[in-house]
Amino acid sequence: MKFRIYRYDPEKDAKPYMKEYDVAMEPSDRMLLDALVRIKSLDDSLSLRRSCREGVCGSDAMNINGKNGLACITKLADLKEPVELRPLPGLPVIRDLIVDMSQFFKQYHSIKPFLQSKDPAPEKERLQSPTDRAELDGLYECILCACCSTSCPSFWWNPDKFVGPAGLLAAYRFIADSRDQATNERLDDLEDPYRLFRCHSIMNCVDVCPKGLNPTRAIGRIKDIMIKRMV
Amino acid sequence: MVKRIPVGAHYGLRDWLVQRVTAVVMAVYAVVLLLMLLVKGPSDHATWKALFVPQWWRLASLIFLLSVFWHAWIGVRDILMDYVHATSTRLVLQVGVILLLVAYALWSVQILWSIN
Repeated sequence: MKFRIYRYDPEKDAKPYMKEYDVAMEPSDRMLLDALVRIKSLDDSLSLRRSCREGVCGSDAMNINGKNGLACITKLADLKEPVELRPLPGLPVIRDLIVDMSQFFKQYHSIKPFLQSKDPAPEKERLQSPTDRAELDGLYECILCACCSTSCPSFWWNPDKFVGPAGLLAAYRFIADSRDQATNERLDDLEDPYRLFRCHSIMNCVDVCPKGLNPTRAIGRIKDIMIKRMV
Repeated sequence: MVKRIPVGAHYGLRDWLVQRVTAVVMAVYAVVLLLMLLVKGPSDHATWKALFVPQWWRLASLIFLLSVFWHAWIGVRDILMDYVHATSTRLVLQVGVILLLVAYALWSVQILWSIN
């Protein structure tokens, strides 16, 4: 099977280049990550992140034939050859397929991704009705792989100011949580031409999310709540 | 000066809403204009002019044009925010766009009310 993989080692290479690989696959090689592990066994200079190899940890996000996705849950059989692999777009490359995710996590942390409640901590746990809990479906499943934010042009142009789809999905996850009492502060924080309103609903995030989540809808809900608050 | 990236201007929703409302105004005006053209079928300069003589239609046209300019301001500002990252350059360009659009708005009034 043929591959073209982005290679860049800032200590050795003057600039990035695409390296071609033609590797025989074994019947057990089903997912793209299997192929990458095989390639790495032949060329150990290739660098990539991976961990759980089943779409839960979000480590092996990369640009696969022009579209962001997780290598571990991308079937080899569905890929057109040569399979072109690049690091996630828009983030600084550390080496080969490894990018510096600091900016991405900085934005995620900026929305205060934790429950805020003024009530004293209960003895066991903060309870929720099944209906209230259902509000969080489609929001809590995010694994922070950064496929969405790095496919978003608004995040490419203003990664230091725009929260990005992953962060905004998380922001709505806490706005939608019946136990959270900081909705007003959260809305105040997002009422900003850069932090929230760089989103123009082009839905690249929805297109690439490996977990099938919909950040655009979550962002729309945040705007709905802001309208309710203002009008 | 300390190198910080300040965010938190506390506006955005109103502009976002304005862009949606002005879009609806433009769509409604476009449909009404199309219907008027179909019904009245102006064929020469005189009949075109007659179309714009009623006061209500002048006002509707002005509201339409103001919607275009307001909508354009938000859209152009968004483009500048995305692509022009030097604050001073962006400010100059934004002020330029505002002045241009205000001039267009005043000019529209003059044109609309000069038709007899």
